[in-house]
Amino acid sequence: MSENMEKVTKEAVEGAVTNENEGEAFAKKRRAKHKKQSGPVQGKTVNRVINILLALGCLTVLFPLYMTTIIAFKQPSEMTNDISGALGFPAEWKFENFTEAMRVTDFWHSLGNSILITGVTVALCILIHSLAGYVIGRKMIKLKAFKMSYYYIVSGMFVPFAVLMMPLVKQTAQIGIANRFGVIVLYTVFFMPMNVMLYTGYLKNIPTQLEEAAHVDGATAWQTFWKIIFFNMKPMHATVAILTAMSTWNDVMTPLVIMAGTDENTLPLAQLNFQSQFGTNYNLAFASYLLALLPILIFYIVCQKQILSGVVNGAVK
Amino acid sequence: MEKKKEMVKTKRAQKKDNKWTQNDKVFLYILIPILILFFVFNTLQLLKGFYYGLTNYKGYGDYSFVGLRNFIDLFSDARVGKSYVFTFKYAIVLTIIVNIISLILALGLNKEIKGKSVLRGIYFVPNILGGLVVGYIFSFIFTYILPAIGQMAGITFLQNSILASTKSAWIAIVIVGAWQGIAMNTIIYISGLQTVPEDVYEAGMIDGATGWEKFCKLTFPLILPFITINLVLCMKNALMVFDQIMSLTKGGPSQSTESISYLIYNNGMSGGQFGFQSANAFVFFVVIVIVSFLQMKFLGGKEEQL
Repeated sequence: MSENMEKVTKEAVEGAVTNENEGEAFAKKRRAKHKKQSGPVQGKTVNRVINILLALGCLTVLFPLYMTTIIAFKQPSEMTNDISGALGFPAEWKFENFTEAMRVTDFWHSLGNSILITGVTVALCILIHSLAGYVIGRKMIKLKAFKMSYYYIVSGMFVPFAVLMMPLVKQTAQIGIANRFGVIVLYTVFFMPMNVMLYTGYLKNIPTQLEEAAHVDGATAWQTFWKIIFFNMKPMHATVAILTAMSTWNDVMTPLVIMAGTDENTLPLAQLNFQSQFGTNYNLAFASYLLALLPILIFYIVCQKQILSGVVNGAVK
Repeated sequence: MEKKKEMVKTKRAQKKDNKWTQNDKVFLYILIPILILFFVFNTLQLLKGFYYGLTNYKGYGDYSFVGLRNFIDLFSDARVGKSYVFTFKYAIVLTIIVNIISLILALGLNKEIKGKSVLRGIYFVPNILGGLVVGYIFSFIFTYILPAIGQMAGITFLQNSILASTKSAWIAIVIVGAWQGIAMNTIIYISGLQTVPEDVYEAGMIDGATGWEKFCKLTFPLILPFITINLVLCMKNALMVFDQIMSLTKGGPSQSTESISYLIYNNGMSGGQFGFQSANAFVFFVVIVIVSFLQMKFLGGKEEQL
């Protein structure tokens, strides 16, 4: 991980060194271009400069990650007050901070909770919201009741969680679901407007002939959905899964207020509790931060393409 | 196959006569439990929030009705007023900064450049990371790294942590918000730029459009829908800012960075203002609805179709 990061920063730094020469060359070529007006040559140089500027810009993204990694490996005694104390390489690459941070934050347990909550939420969202999207989408043109239901659910997008937070805390406590299960139920309801809109929109791409044929063959609406439509919605399942998973995984507020009475933590919550207890030991803290960031970073590296297209799909539609 | 189609047609004709067919009813039976679930955990809670707003409930013990007093008091409460000013200042500044930078980045990342997909991948990383942990990491940068740089370079502004001053703490939150927000908006702008067909630019070249003209007159109007999306998304997220406040300032120094969400959480859940903050939350909901409608009205009408 850190080696990779070093490599990237190194490359970027080398890019920065060549940058100055490129800059001069660019200026010369630009002067030459004004005389000749040669389009393609100018285009290439401009692209090169853009290339270098963008590579430099990446440093703003990579620097905080680099810093986190470096500090996580250091000992408190190495943290002097100048910049090299914080950003220089550690004397030894030891994993002690990580094992200690894992112990203190009960890392595996919090990770398990985060995976459980995110996994079940995503599964429920895909099952329930696709069904809702189908039922509404197929009937909303013909029947007013379904159209009203559509606008009713989608208008839920205007309700931020902070608005519902206090009544929900009371409600979940009253019916005894102020726990992980309650958080999952709330997510399933909270993401419904967005996901139903996505599924209903996607349904237009699925021709009705399939269903009609199934209907003629005697299949019920319920069977038709699970056997035909659900699989035809596959691309939208991916988008919904990614959007829901990312919002759930990083969410702090819902588990913070709903699971306050339990001993259970999610990964972000563990950081919050850790901060109030051990905030002054930066090396331990950063090891813990890095541990909290790693699962999603790994997930991103593996499924980068799907995540990017999922995010764009979700936003544009 | 022909027969089947005809059968379907006749069936359809029959359906039109009595409006609710068996099939329609089955669909309704599936929908009703979902609607109930949504009502119980969304609409009902909104109504209950309004109800709590009419009481002097502390979050525990007995309470009585106070009518609309909480709603009236909201408008004269200095702390609530401050939180609205901060939240809107933050949201507007952030939306402008994020959209300018991410549009520039997207224009660059859409060019024929080396390592394009790697660069795009790296620029998106801040978006996948949780706001809370990112806030903690930046908190260290603001408290230790920036002052150290300030001392080395002799910049007095940076020599103390910008988080410690009531004047500059909000800037720190904007920086962290931008760091994360730019990632998202850049990706959406890139997908917007890809919808602009190449021949539009070719036609523009023939007409002698230069770089800046090309952007203003060709690119900009064509990606306007994407600008709308980004402005709305960015504004909406910024108005609900919570995680970054929690990890960077906890609303301080001297309540200068309390966002509306944070105030509702802090005073409502543990400050004994359950009723009062419920009223605040309900007003916040109304404000969000108004802002969203205004944005759609102003921005929605200007889109250009190709």
